[in-house]
Formats: sequence, structure tokens, C-alpha cells
Amino acid sequence: MYHCQIVNQFRNYSTLYKVRPKSTSLSGNRKKKKMKFYHNPSHLHSLVSSIIKSSKRTQLNNFTRCFTTRVGFESPRTSRPMENTEASYSSSSKLVLYSYWQSSCSWRVRFALNLKGLSYEYKPVNLAKGEQFNPDFERLNPLHYVPVLVDGDTVISDSYAIFLYLEEKYPQRPLLPADPRLKALNLQGASIISSSIQPLHMLSMLKYIEEKIGPEESLSWAQLHIEKGFCALEKLLKDFASRFATGNEVYMTDVFLAPQIAIATARFNINMSTFPSLSRVNESYKGLPEFQASSPERQPDAVHGQ
Amino acid sequence: MATAGDQQLKLYSYYRSSCSFRVRIALNLKGLKYEYRAVNLLKKEQYSPEFRKLNPIGYVPVLVDGEMAVSDSFAILLYLEEKYPQHPLLPKDLQRKALNFQAANIVCSSIQPLQNLAVLNYIEERVSPDAKIEWAKVHIEKGFAALEDLLRNYAGRYATGDEVSFADLFLAPQIHAAFTRFNLDMTQFPLLSRLHEAYNEIPAFVDARPDKQPDAPS
Repeated sequence: MYHCQIVNQFRNYSTLYKVRPKSTSLSGNRKKKKMKFYHNPSHLHSLVSSIIKSSKRTQLNNFTRCFTTRVGFESPRTSRPMENTEASYSSSSKLVLYSYWQSSCSWRVRFALNLKGLSYEYKPVNLAKGEQFNPDFERLNPLHYVPVLVDGDTVISDSYAIFLYLEEKYPQRPLLPADPRLKALNLQGASIISSSIQPLHMLSMLKYIEEKIGPEESLSWAQLHIEKGFCALEKLLKDFASRFATGNEVYMTDVFLAPQIAIATARFNINMSTFPSLSRVNESYKGLPEFQASSPERQPDAVHGQ
Repeated sequence: MATAGDQQLKLYSYYRSSCSFRVRIALNLKGLKYEYRAVNLLKKEQYSPEFRKLNPIGYVPVLVDGEMAVSDSFAILLYLEEKYPQHPLLPKDLQRKALNFQAANIVCSSIQPLQNLAVLNYIEERVSPDAKIEWAKVHIEKGFAALEDLLRNYAGRYATGDEVSFADLFLAPQIHAAFTRFNLDMTQFPLLSRLHEAYNEIPAFVDARPDKQPDAPS
């Protein structure tokens, strides 16, 4: 499954087309806004072109900013992820994201890029194979962490820094509220996740604990710190959370929280029932196409069966 | 600077908390008077009902500005930067700004959380006291090496140029801790060593140091 998101900036809406590979024949219902295409993956390029060409001239210019969300997708006939061969129709396709499919920090940035409708080139860095220590990558980030965002001549590592950069440079779909109190709340929520939770369950930390203390210890260590952080977030957000963490719109805390909850449940068996506000917003995240498209399994370097 | 009495700005702080130290520096640089409210973390005062009403999580620092209470040093600093724009701490240029945020986050996500009290106590108890020291050194040195690389082509008199900026607020407390608490061999970090000297010449930094706070042991 892949998503093609065509952003009509003039009318300020975006339409997410779910595109499902099926047969070699090409057919489609050309009703505006609700098109579903069954196609061979190699026809995606011409399909999107035809949407653009069939638009009225005034809309054509707006459709020049057509962002194709580059997500991991599979050929229906093989289990190997395909090379991402589709062309970007964005007028600005200079964003490059160095990412690892399972990295929650990379996930945050993928999510934010999708929310802002920004297309980017995905460059996988296989942490399991130690590719973060390659000299080329080390030049980009001497700490050997993903994600790293390259935007023309600008190179930024660290998901928090990347997020704030994207927020300022690409202000569409703001991910920080204007209200000072809610803005501070979002910065704080994201900080709790990026400073008090994730660093304590990252791979190198868990490996150390397994080696020095014991294999069973790393899980309880991770669980301790995730639960401590989730407790803190539950208290922080209790009076603010609605559909999302700080209200009815997706903001920075959500961008950090959604991957964190997903990983907490999938990898560390965290029982979310003790965190009712977090559980509730998590249900909202699951329904967001931008979040789904950013998930690890959808990335070009995903290894299925893990 | 810290004052007694009824101030609009109140800072809940612990003298040794490097997160509190960052905010103290910023308040001093911006010439903002504030009331210092000590929260003794060793005595678990962060769990007192009064403090919990302010910050249910029990973390310092917390800044109270009239009706507004902000927690988390990063959030507090961005709040101060926006509300009190005198002595700006963030460059306008996006790339330089991003550089400052990266350096700040190397400290607050890659160094400080891995050498805070809870983590070090755990390692001391479960492995050994020597392992604790080794662990702290490894992570601080890794972060410091990354900072040296990151800032090498940008540093001037201070971390990202010739003016004090956001990154310096995070570096100063971390480098101070490396010297005073962890006994690191700082000769391998020439830039950070130089910055440490430079910070010690600025009253706003010196006045913010742990030993200068009202709750520092005499």
C-alpha cells in the first residue's frame, strides 16, 4: 500500500490517495477527491501525471506541489521491499532523510514530514549492520545517531532540532500552537520523551545492561523508565488531552508521543491501560494516515518478519 | 538575578541541578530579576504537595511568570526567549539556530540523562562503583567529542560565534559538572576547555553556578 498525497495549496486541502497494487490493468474512477486506483506499481507515475494534466489550468499550478509520500511499499508478487522509484512532483525535492526503519527518533521526523506534506528522499542507515559508523555518515553526524536531515546545504541531526527547523522553515500545517502555554506544554511533553524516556531504552543502553547485569534486566529497566515517563506525561496532559495530546489538533507532543507509545507496546510490553489519556490519544494516532505512512513497516528498509 | 521578595518571576531550582543552572544563566543574561525558590531534591521536596500543584511531575526547574508556570529547561528557555527578547539567545539564521538546538540536545538528550543520579545509582548498585564512574566518563566523553566536531567550524569566542547563545546555556553547566564532579581529562576537548574559561569570565554565568545559589551548602 502506498500513499500519494496531492496538496492543493490554493484551496488549502490535501487529498490522500490510497493506492493499492492489484493487477496489470489500469482503471480508475475519476471522480474528484475520491479516487481509488488499482494498478501495477509501475503505472503510478503516469497515473499521478494524468491527475495533474486533467486539472484546470489554474489548479495546475497549485498541483505542481504534489507530494508523494515516499513510504515503504512492496511489490505484490515479492516480499522484498521495492526500490522507491517514483518521481517526486514537489517543486522542491531537496530534502534527504537519513533514517533507520526501527528508530523511534527517525519515526518522529518521518511523521512530521508527512504532516507537513513534505516529500523527501529516504536514505537508510542500517544500525544493525553498523552503517552509522561509515565515514560518510560520521561526517554527517559524529554521534552516529539517526535521524539526520539534509536540506540543501543544511545538515541537521537530532529529532528535536530537526523538528524545530522544519517548523520554522516549512510553516504549513503548524505543529506548535501559537498560545504560549500550549506551546510550552508541547515542548515539555516532547522533552520528556526525548530526554527522559527514549535515551534510557535505546539499543546501546540495553546492550550494556544485558552484558553487565543480565539479559532479563534490560527489559525491566526499559519498562521502569517508560512507565515513569508515561506517568509524568499522563499527569502533564490530563487536563489538556482531547482527541490528541494537547487538544484537538496534532502538535509536537503527538509527533514524539505516537512513535513512543507504539514502540512501548510492541517492544517492551507496556500495559497502556494504566495511562487512560495516553491510551485515548493513541487510538487517534492509529487512525492518522500520516502516522501510518511513517511507521517502521512501511519504510523502504523495513525487514519483514521482525 | 535572584532576589528576595515579591517578584513576578519565580524560579524553582536546586543548586546542583544542571537543568536549573541553564535557566539561571538565561535569566541573568536577560537581566531578569527573579525569586529563587529552593527545592531540595535529596530531601524529596519535589514531591511536596505545594510543589506538585505547580508541577505534578516533580521536576526542577519550574519557572513561574505571573499566572503562567513552565517546566523543562528547554521549554522555559524558549518561553523566555520569546517573552523577553532582550539579549537574544537564538540567532535569526535558521542554520545557526538549528546548530544551537543540536548542541543543546546533545547535552540534554545524549549526555545529561545518561549521567543523572538515578542512572548512576543503578549502575553503582547493580554493577560496581567503578563501573558507574566509567559509564559516566564514556557518555560524557562521547557527547563532548561530538560537540567538538559539531562546533569546530562555527565556534568563535563562544560556542557558535562571538556572542553567547542558546548552546552556551547548555554547555556551561555540563562542562562545569565534568570538571567538578567527574574529573574528566578535559585536555582532549580543547574547544570546550576554552569555552569553560570564557564562561568563567561572565558574571551572568558565574552568578548562576551551583556554589553561588542560596541553597548551596556553606
